[in-house]
Amino acid sequence: MISIQNVSKWYGDFQVLSDCSTEVQKGEVVVVCGPSGSGKSTLIKCVNGLEPFQAGTIVVNGTSVGAPKTDLPKLRSRVGMVFQHFELFPHLSITDNLTLAQRKVLGRKEDEARTKGLALLDRVGLSAHAAKFPGQLSGGQQQRVAIARALAMDPIAMLFDEPTSALDPEMINEVLDVMVELAREGMTMMVVTHEMGFARKVANRVIFMDRGAIVEDAAKDEFFGSPRSERAQAFLSKILSH
Amino acid sequence: MDFTQVIQAFPSLGNGLLLTLELTVLAVIGGVIIGTALALARLSSIRVLSWLAGFYVNYFRSIPLLLVITWFYFIVPFMVGWVTGTNQPIGAFTSCLIAFMMFEAAYFCEIVRAGIQSISKGQVNAAYALGMTYPQAMRLVVLPLAFRKMTPLLLQQSIILFQDTSLVYAVGMMDFLNVARSQGDITGELHTFLLFAGLVYFVISFGASTLVKRLQKRLTV
Amino acid sequence: MNYNWDWSVFFKSTGIGSEIYLDWFIAGLGWTIALSLSAWVIALLLGTVLGVMRTLPGRFAARAATVYVELFRNVPLLVQLFIWYFIVPDWLPEKIELWFKQDLHPATSAFISVTVCLGLFTAARVCEQVRTGIQALPRGQSMAAYALGLRLPQVYRKVLLPQAFRIIIPPLTSEFLNVFKNSSVASLIGLMELLAQTKQTAEFTANLFEAFTLATVIYFVLNMGLMLVMRTVEKRVRVPGLIALGGK
Repeated sequence: MISIQNVSKWYGDFQVLSDCSTEVQKGEVVVVCGPSGSGKSTLIKCVNGLEPFQAGTIVVNGTSVGAPKTDLPKLRSRVGMVFQHFELFPHLSITDNLTLAQRKVLGRKEDEARTKGLALLDRVGLSAHAAKFPGQLSGGQQQRVAIARALAMDPIAMLFDEPTSALDPEMINEVLDVMVELAREGMTMMVVTHEMGFARKVANRVIFMDRGAIVEDAAKDEFFGSPRSERAQAFLSKILSH
Repeated sequence: MDFTQVIQAFPSLGNGLLLTLELTVLAVIGGVIIGTALALARLSSIRVLSWLAGFYVNYFRSIPLLLVITWFYFIVPFMVGWVTGTNQPIGAFTSCLIAFMMFEAAYFCEIVRAGIQSISKGQVNAAYALGMTYPQAMRLVVLPLAFRKMTPLLLQQSIILFQDTSLVYAVGMMDFLNVARSQGDITGELHTFLLFAGLVYFVISFGASTLVKRLQKRLTV
Repeated sequence: MNYNWDWSVFFKSTGIGSEIYLDWFIAGLGWTIALSLSAWVIALLLGTVLGVMRTLPGRFAARAATVYVELFRNVPLLVQLFIWYFIVPDWLPEKIELWFKQDLHPATSAFISVTVCLGLFTAARVCEQVRTGIQALPRGQSMAAYALGLRLPQVYRKVLLPQAFRIIIPPLTSEFLNVFKNSSVASLIGLMELLAQTKQTAEFTANLFEAFTLATVIYFVLNMGLMLVMRTVEKRVRVPGLIALGGK
């Protein structure tokens, strides 16, 4: 489904990604972790072309992301993304947030888009808030709406960029619950997160990144049981100690 | 277009430019002084004082500069005659200078006020803790700090003022623009002279604001 | 001070038909408002396009808009007006030039010159405000919009501009007020707007204090009135639950 081959990226002289390669199969849940500044957010943003990269190839469902002829908007409309800071559009109501791209990108009719959006809003348990604006919801609620917004596009895969790291602790679980459910339904997911509990519960594989490189790419049990690299061990012991 | 005419007119253009610059510099100095006084008045705890300063600022900010220039041209001689009791004629330069100083003071006031307000309460408290009085704290701590912060904004406003001095055309003063225009009329090369004038204004303003931006970067780093 | 105040001067006959001096002020105010509104339309449209251009990823559009802004910001308004009024008509094709100079009423041709001049002058300022507004938005907003598959024009129209405009209503308001004040330069090329009428009344009646006081009051009231209108607009478009947009 997602194939990343030898991807490198530089900001000027500074290399943020160096020779990253991995695959995500259909229905697979891959968790990407690593210390801050390790390039994990950058990597996931390369997958839908939000960040350009200078070397290597990324192929999503048969389409090469970096190729000049690729219709990026079309590709992006097939890949859902959830951001650290939710990024709901604050000037639009929750309903409009859910329907905007359905109408403008997929060309769905107002009614159809609304029905779809409200059904997904119900699924994340927020149908009572359809007429509100993002600023009137809590962080956890906003993030659930953001997930619903991405799902409304019927994505073939979902990218999560630290979806819980901007949330107050008591709101993390409501978002993770939605994500766990999604994973169990067989959604292909690539998730940048520090939530190792989530990884243990639903991940198939865990990728550990450090200084722009993929240091470890292993099945879940292998990763948690006996991480090969010292850096991954150090990271795990630090993150699991609290 | 015939630039030889422009070159021949350099002496009178130079005089015009000198007048423009003189007006700018004096108006900036006067404007900043009055503006600072106004800012202190606006921030003062004496209600009447801050209300009056606020009214002054709002008043001048809501009327066109051209109206002020024209009006002052008419009434300043009146006022001076009334105050001094004599009937000495007052030149357009003086009336324009007063108009610019008083008008721009309203704009300078807002810059200075924002600058003073940006100084942290901690600095003021530290000054008081050292035993300074209010005027001392203002003069020795707050204003020097504030002025350092506001210098780029004050200079930016001065560049606007420099451009605005061209409005003295309204009362027939021979500033740079008016000299260029009248030379253009005399020589029949109005196009050349006006475009030349535009170029000179552009070079001075653009050059000055580039320098100010560079200064701003140095001050913020 | 030896001055005879006479506030009834505005109701005295100007000696032309049944006209009183107050009529001059009303006519002048009409010109001022017509000028300012038409210039503002130009400024808002062009300024928005330029402001968007300055934030586009492509180098060329951004640079072109920057050149525009620097050019129109660093030449005094009056010089620009002289150029539009005295020079540009000569550059027009001969037919249009003759039409502009001979067939049009002098007031109309002056009106067109000032409108274009003031509109393009103010567009440079509007551009900077629009750019600031767009850049004040968190980068994640445009990322999220692109991630949903929206294309660049849609991202600007649906996501960035609606938010940016809400942020910049206060500075745009003061630019709008500046247009009103700046429109007084029209008096210098003979258009009988508010300031020109004031000057004429002062000269005709010698009641210069009254004339200028009335003009000041009109500008002041106009200013305050517009400020109130814009404040209502700001409240109208305020998004519930949002205190400071782009404040992150």
